[in-house]
Amino acid sequence: MTSSKQQSGAGAGLVDEAPPASGVATGSAADRFAEGSTIRRRGDRPPGRHGPGLGLGVVLLYLSVIVLIPLGAVVWHAFDSGLSGFWQSVTTPEASSTLKLTIGASVLVGLINMLMGTLIAWLLVRDRLPGRSVLDTLIDLPFALPTIVAGLALLTVYGPESPLHFSIAYTRTAVVVALLFVTLPFVVRTVQPVLLELDREMEEAATSLGASPRTVFFRIILPSIAPAMAAGTALAFARAMSEFGSTVLITGNLPFKTQVASVHIFNQIESDNVTGAAAVATILLLVSLVVLVALDALQRWAGRRD
Amino acid sequence: MSIRVEGVNKKFGEFVALEDVTVEIPSGSLTALLGPSGGGKSTLLRVIAGLEQPDSGRVQIEGREATELPARKRGVGFVFQHYAAFKHMSVFRNVAFGLEIRKRPKDEIKRRVTELLELVHLESFADRYPSQLSGGQRQRMALARALAVEPAVLLLDEPFGALDAQVRKELRVWLRRLHEEVNVTTVFVTHDQEEAMEVADSIVVMAKGRVEQIGSPDELYDQPANDFVMNFLGPVTSLGGRMVRPHDLELFTVPGDGTTPATVTRVTRLGFEVRVDLDVKGEEAWAQVTRGTAEQFGLESGAVIHVRRAPEARPVRAVAPAGTA
Repeated sequence: MTSSKQQSGAGAGLVDEAPPASGVATGSAADRFAEGSTIRRRGDRPPGRHGPGLGLGVVLLYLSVIVLIPLGAVVWHAFDSGLSGFWQSVTTPEASSTLKLTIGASVLVGLINMLMGTLIAWLLVRDRLPGRSVLDTLIDLPFALPTIVAGLALLTVYGPESPLHFSIAYTRTAVVVALLFVTLPFVVRTVQPVLLELDREMEEAATSLGASPRTVFFRIILPSIAPAMAAGTALAFARAMSEFGSTVLITGNLPFKTQVASVHIFNQIESDNVTGAAAVATILLLVSLVVLVALDALQRWAGRRD
Repeated sequence: MSIRVEGVNKKFGEFVALEDVTVEIPSGSLTALLGPSGGGKSTLLRVIAGLEQPDSGRVQIEGREATELPARKRGVGFVFQHYAAFKHMSVFRNVAFGLEIRKRPKDEIKRRVTELLELVHLESFADRYPSQLSGGQRQRMALARALAVEPAVLLLDEPFGALDAQVRKELRVWLRRLHEEVNVTTVFVTHDQEEAMEVADSIVVMAKGRVEQIGSPDELYDQPANDFVMNFLGPVTSLGGRMVRPHDLELFTVPGDGTTPATVTRVTRLGFEVRVDLDVKGEEAWAQVTRGTAEQFGLESGAVIHVRRAPEARPVRAVAPAGTA
């Protein structure tokens, strides 16, 4: 979002400069400049050689086959026995318990990630700490690992046989720790590039205007990285909602205690309750959708000044 | 003296950015730090602002010892080449920033910001975001933002460097007028000698981390301390092994007192001026004459003429050594 702003700023000065001799007279030229840049940014490119039709068709077909039709089928199944059937499926004690746990844990995981991920990104970008490149590589490990390996790793260290004599196995803490493990990279990797691109002269300008380091952070840096923090948090949240592999081993999947929604869905399928599984899945889908739409709205709001 | 820099040294690794720099800048003046890039002028400006710590030496601002003072307590307004606009704030809030963090009353902030936006002709842009402004407008906003806190000195680091030639020319004139209006001690960095000569009433020429000469534009042009300053401040050529300004060469059709014969190798018209390239006994030189003179002499390549340094031309001699002028 903030990338290449430095260049585009300088570029704008060279190409789109409005004559500034009199502020009033520049109004219309600046208006045109602002409009022009908005239109360009919305990707209003001239159509390619084949026109927009073919490309759009291919993309729509692909999205339908891979994403939309399967998701639609799930929602369809959820209402196999009508609205009341759907409602019954998601309000059984087990289903409502697992949904509360999953959504609650995911919110908590999202918030912890927002703080810790930003802190890690800050260390990676701003501090000259030794072994920074090692840490930088390490961050991606949870992305690359099969999640079951993450589960196994946690089980080995924090399981019943913990060599540290510190076991969190079969507790809700284990759910949160497993989710934290697999969602670690999201906030780091969204905030890091924005911090890298952040104009250091903005901070120097604020300092020379009398701002303390604390004021510089809260009034200059934080507002600049907040959209990226929100994006990373939303992604981490959505990922946590859907997590399966990493939680399976260490949580014991105890109904009413540590069973997460995806395991619940799996169990419903196993016991031939497709409608029940689809209903819980629909709730997950709905929550993820709400979060992503809210994020998009936030990005647009923040992007209005770019 | 509004700013006094004494014996300042600054190294970046092995690179010597400032070497024993001593400069005094009188209150209310408009001073240019002029020199080639990498000459240390921006570093000097940043040392004065407190954005860079000198390895040794002292900085005083308004008679107050400032060497150990953090940037935020120096009362210095700083304007950056790339504007350093607060992108997430409107123009109004950008300008208000310094006042807001000083917790001034709301109505005072509103009055002062409105005043400043009028001063920089941006009153109708208060609710815009920086990205909706042109480069010149952003720089004027940055200037208003720096002036809002009533700084003791205003420092501008290549303020017009990112703007195109036309806008740059207009902003120069405008800065000059603004300075007359606001009358705050102002120092700006530039590598453009024309900009320095046109805007500043005093110029500090810097190269390779050292001060080469300090003086008014006229003094520097007419009495450069050394070849570097002479070269940097305007066009030069040489005649008989001595440097001379091309407009100080006199041309004759017949030999005269102290003239040397020369062959015209090329005549180039640049509007009113004509550049005449000469071959003086195998040495290259060039003279700058008016179009009238060129036509009167019927100058064309191959013509043989006689040339001498104009007797009224100011001699180029080494004056006081660098740093103490």
